[in-house]
Amino acid sequence: MSTVRLVGWTVVALVLMALAVPWFLWGDAGTALGLPVWLWWHIGWMALASVVFAVFARTDWGLGVEEVS
Amino acid sequence: MADTALQLGIVGGYMVVALAVGAVAYRLTDRTAEDYYLASRTLGTVVLLFTTFATLLSAFTFFGGPNLAYSAGPEWILVMGLMDGIIFAVLWYVLGYKQWLVGKRHGYVTLGEMLGDRFGSTPLRVVVAAVSLFWLFPYVMLQQKGAGQAIVGLTGGAVPFWVGAGGITLFMVLYVALSGMRGVAWTDTLQGLFMLSLVWVAVAWVLSAVGGAGEATAALSGTNPDFLGLGGGLYTPQYIVSTAVSIAFGVTMFPQINQRFFAAGSKKVLKRTFALWPVLVLLLFVPAFMLGAWAAGLGVTVPEGGNVIPAILGEYTPTWFTALVIAGAMAAMMSSSDSMLLSGSSYLTRDLYRPLTGRDDATDEATDRRETLVARVGVVVFATLSFVASLYTPGTLVQIGDTAFSGFAQLTVPVALALYWRGTTRSGMFAGVVGSQLFYGLHVVPVVSALSGLVGADVALPATYLGWTPGVVGILVGLLLTVGVSLVTAPAATEDRTAYAVSGVESD
Repeated sequence: MSTVRLVGWTVVALVLMALAVPWFLWGDAGTALGLPVWLWWHIGWMALASVVFAVFARTDWGLGVEEVS
Repeated sequence: MADTALQLGIVGGYMVVALAVGAVAYRLTDRTAEDYYLASRTLGTVVLLFTTFATLLSAFTFFGGPNLAYSAGPEWILVMGLMDGIIFAVLWYVLGYKQWLVGKRHGYVTLGEMLGDRFGSTPLRVVVAAVSLFWLFPYVMLQQKGAGQAIVGLTGGAVPFWVGAGGITLFMVLYVALSGMRGVAWTDTLQGLFMLSLVWVAVAWVLSAVGGAGEATAALSGTNPDFLGLGGGLYTPQYIVSTAVSIAFGVTMFPQINQRFFAAGSKKVLKRTFALWPVLVLLLFVPAFMLGAWAAGLGVTVPEGGNVIPAILGEYTPTWFTALVIAGAMAAMMSSSDSMLLSGSSYLTRDLYRPLTGRDDATDEATDRRETLVARVGVVVFATLSFVASLYTPGTLVQIGDTAFSGFAQLTVPVALALYWRGTTRSGMFAGVVGSQLFYGLHVVPVVSALSGLVGADVALPATYLGWTPGVVGILVGLLLTVGVSLVTAPAATEDRTAYAVSGVESD
């Protein structure tokens, strides 16, 4: 069970890293509300990361780090 | 001239307030190493968050980074967000929380101590501390350079570079001697909150003067349309990823950051700090770097060797406000530097001085007194040398910072393997640490091309490998060496392979 969770959270962490930069907007110069669109994506993504980290800290903190042996 | 007096008055006044906080903390600090260097492992959420954050409030944040945004576009915000907001947060958990657990159990104060104990090797401890101090040097120098430039920019050259750089050197030496981790952490918190507010006030001020973010961005698209598009110019995917990875890995091995892993008060503190981190990073870097980018569109001119933030503030805000921001930025550099010097001095005394003079665990009073002396003399010598170097070293703030970060980043993988993989052997650690440092060092210092020049050949190491920086390639070299050598060597008899096996229960 904890292996499944470990793999799951690892995937979540990798996705958070991979999409912090909106690669799919590469070269896009659109703006909205005074800022580039890619910057808005980044702002939203960082806020999301904070929420995900908080959920992790609440539910599975210690996973993969604490071990008794 | 009246302006110069006002500006210097504000800068000076700010420094004195910071020093006063240090003096109060000094009265509360007893002179045990654990209290002096780690505030007895009692830091709470806000203080830990901001003291770690404050080490980000460096010359790079206020000067180097906005300069880059001014000259190449604001994409550095993405590098900072990815590296500091996310990769570093994950490392905060993977390395930081583990180090905290292990440190709490065994009473470690430094990274070298932790590794030396596990691998039963004083030489390893010495090597790790020496490598760390080596890369700390350019980074302290970076702060001094930043302070010198700040004063020159603020006063329009009326006060020379060396006064700013020298002034900050003096203050940080005083500060480290006076206060310990507690004082450093407190001032970091005050300065962090203060600077964060100032940056936002600065943005609001400039934007209201030019008619809002929409106007400023429209102006930017008129002068530098390529700045608004993601990527282009300096920014390639490899550049963004390489820089983010090498800086994030580097940050965790910075003495002042790594030592903070040991200083958290409780598990709850670590959890909260971890979750708040991405938002805090965002709050700082978006306004600071956008100001730099907007300045390009608003036609702000930056004097040769100057910085964009003072230039744009000088254009749109009153003198006193510009001076306040510069004072805050200089104080922030000072607090970064004194964190560095404090941690550096713990590496010097605990990992170099004690083991090399055979006083490993001596606790007698004479040793303690002499250790305090060594720490202080060490700080003075270190800060003076880096001050002198700051007067003569060419290179932009960004280049210097990047070199130091990548140097530290080479340590991260061997340390992570040591923490998690019991198969890591002492020989593996030596191979990984020394090998990756050699690899990276040879790219920084042009030894190969110099030697080949002596024999008339023209050989040089590549500047990048398929677009990837030597810093990132070096991390891979470290991984291969640590794993490879560990697999083919047997653990030494004095290794304690279970030293890092800890449960979370005992530390609740």
